[in-house]
Amino acid sequence: MPRIFRHWMLWPALAMLLVFFLMPSVDILRASVMDPELTFRHFERFLERAVYMRVLWHTVEVSFVVAIVCAVIAYPVAYFIVQSPRRVQFLLLLLIFIPLWMSILIRSYAWMVVLGREGVINSLLMGAGLIETPVRMLFTTPAVYVAMIQILLPIQIVTCYSAMSDIDLGLVRAARVLGASPWEATRRVFIPLSLDGTITGMIIVFMLSMGFFITPALLGGRRDLLLANLIEFNVTQLNWGFAAAIALMLLLAAIVGIVVIRLAARLLLRALNGALAR
Amino acid sequence: MPFTDASSGESVRFEGVGKSYGDVDALVDFDLAVNPGELVTLLGPSGSGKTTALNVLAGFTQATRGRVLIGDREVQGLPPEKRDVGMVFQSYSLFPHLNVFDNIAFPLKLRGVSRKEIAERVEDGLDMIQMGDLGQRMPAELSGGQKQRVAFARAVIFRPPVLLMDEPLAALDLKLRESMQAEIRAYHQRLGCTIVFVTHDQNEALALSDRIAVMGDGKLAQIDTPQAIYDAPQSRYVAEFIGKTNLLEATVAGSDLAIPALELTLPVADLPAHSAKRDGPITLSLRPERIFRVCQGDAEAYPNFEARVEDALFMGDMVQYRLRLPDAQTLIVTERRDTGGARPTRGATVQLGFLPRDLTPIPEPS
Ligand SMILES: Nc1ncnc2c1ncn2[C@@H]1O[C@H](COP(=O)(O)OP(=O)(O)OP(=O)(O)O)[C@@H](O)[C@H]1O
Ligand SMILES: [Mg+2]
Repeated sequence: MPRIFRHWMLWPALAMLLVFFLMPSVDILRASVMDPELTFRHFERFLERAVYMRVLWHTVEVSFVVAIVCAVIAYPVAYFIVQSPRRVQFLLLLLIFIPLWMSILIRSYAWMVVLGREGVINSLLMGAGLIETPVRMLFTTPAVYVAMIQILLPIQIVTCYSAMSDIDLGLVRAARVLGASPWEATRRVFIPLSLDGTITGMIIVFMLSMGFFITPALLGGRRDLLLANLIEFNVTQLNWGFAAAIALMLLLAAIVGIVVIRLAARLLLRALNGALAR
Repeated sequence: MPFTDASSGESVRFEGVGKSYGDVDALVDFDLAVNPGELVTLLGPSGSGKTTALNVLAGFTQATRGRVLIGDREVQGLPPEKRDVGMVFQSYSLFPHLNVFDNIAFPLKLRGVSRKEIAERVEDGLDMIQMGDLGQRMPAELSGGQKQRVAFARAVIFRPPVLLMDEPLAALDLKLRESMQAEIRAYHQRLGCTIVFVTHDQNEALALSDRIAVMGDGKLAQIDTPQAIYDAPQSRYVAEFIGKTNLLEATVAGSDLAIPALELTLPVADLPAHSAKRDGPITLSLRPERIFRVCQGDAEAYPNFEARVEDALFMGDMVQYRLRLPDAQTLIVTERRDTGGARPTRGATVQLGFLPRDLTPIPEPS
């Protein structure tokens, strides 16, 4: 059999990638420099106007914060689930999955109901006599953070859980009998072995955050718009070239972000192992 | 060389230890005393409580009753890391994110040993297991036997007075298992630590142990040297569990011993000296290799009887016959292949004999 036919099982997937990912990507790349003729003016505009760079920076910042907060919250939750008896694990995972079955749009609207002027929280607080006038929560940066973290948290928990459930708990016991206190065993064995999966989860959350636009549009203020909102705006204005240039800047920032996360993880691992890493 | 110093082993004692999981009793009134520096195997069928006993000793499981002592320290209630025992697991449990060197160094680092001393002792350890140049390999890059050696070195590098091994060789093939058994014996002599070794392989237990502790249903059935366990089992359970044997019901009446299955009556005085000779029923164990074919001329020299060959099983150096006695009981006989004469065929009737001193009376449970 000729070499090229050997991987025929991959062909459908490759064809999908080619048609639905690679070709559009090339198209965007072309649009960003060919609108209307070969030019870099879209990129120049992006780099020169402070507002675009500010939004880019804001997008990266929000995505990092969301990824880190999700990881910090999800790690102990996943640990708790992994330690539970099998049947309880199944139930807890089901609870984690339920919000994933609802669309982001609906969940963002739900947050408007919760955070609004006459929303659930304000009514409760005023009913209890704790505040006189409604607190402004909707259309603020914290609102965007809270909603994005709530929306993305299940993904991080599930990724962490699957990494942790692959760890042989016999290894932790081995560490104990060799002289490790519970914390030492966690630090030197459990955390290093679950770190890869956690980082994978962080990268997924980070990338999804970079592309968020419904949530900041519905819950945030003017200054909470993310790069994806700019893309959407320019597409509706039929500024195809500029929209494509923003998309490429977003892609570039995402790649840099992932590299930074990976490097940070490696440093963390080294710090955790302390004297163990020679 | 610090690594090869003989550390002094400590004694291990279980006193009336009980452990139940809900309504399952994994250990019942379990008593065991292991002398300092001794290699004792816990041998028993699946579910007899071997792993539970080891886990109670290592501190992974808390006993519901009784006392556990290492040396003269009572250890129940101490967490595993405070017990100072080494342990080798069936699945090796090497840390996959650390190389061989760091795996072996792990217990030393936790004990705050200096970098320089760690390097020296780990190098010694690597030499001992003949893996001197493999320190930088990751566990995934090792063969089963090599993993086993690393796990062993890691368990003894901090010179624990007691080493626990839970079926450490079960995952290896027969050849490797046998050579690892020899290695473990050699390390044991060199290190001098007390070893408690769990296995369900009786040949392994017979080959390795100073003494074997046979377990059944969470209890200690008998503890003795391999030879005594084999030659003088103290219960029907031990007799049937260790090696193959033929159990014969007999009756003592005065000075006569009647064995109806063989249609024989012997003088009671012919039984081994130490056995009880009270009147009444008695069970005798007769090992298959202690029965032999007799020619017509020898008929007077040994007690003998007739049996019909049912089948013959070829086992390399031995042939194992299954025979049927006149009263329909089956009997197993093994014979070395170089025994002269033609081999009896299926259905043939053969004349068999034995020495009365090979009849081992099994004490009845009191
Ligand atoms: N965590 C547990 N929960 C409930 N029952 C258990 C648990 N661990 C062991 N048992 C039960 O205790 C008994 C003894 O188990 P143990 O693991 O000590 O046997 P073992 O002699 O090591 O057997 P094997 O040769 O199969 O390893 C068994 O009946 C087992 O089912
Ligand atoms: Mg076991």
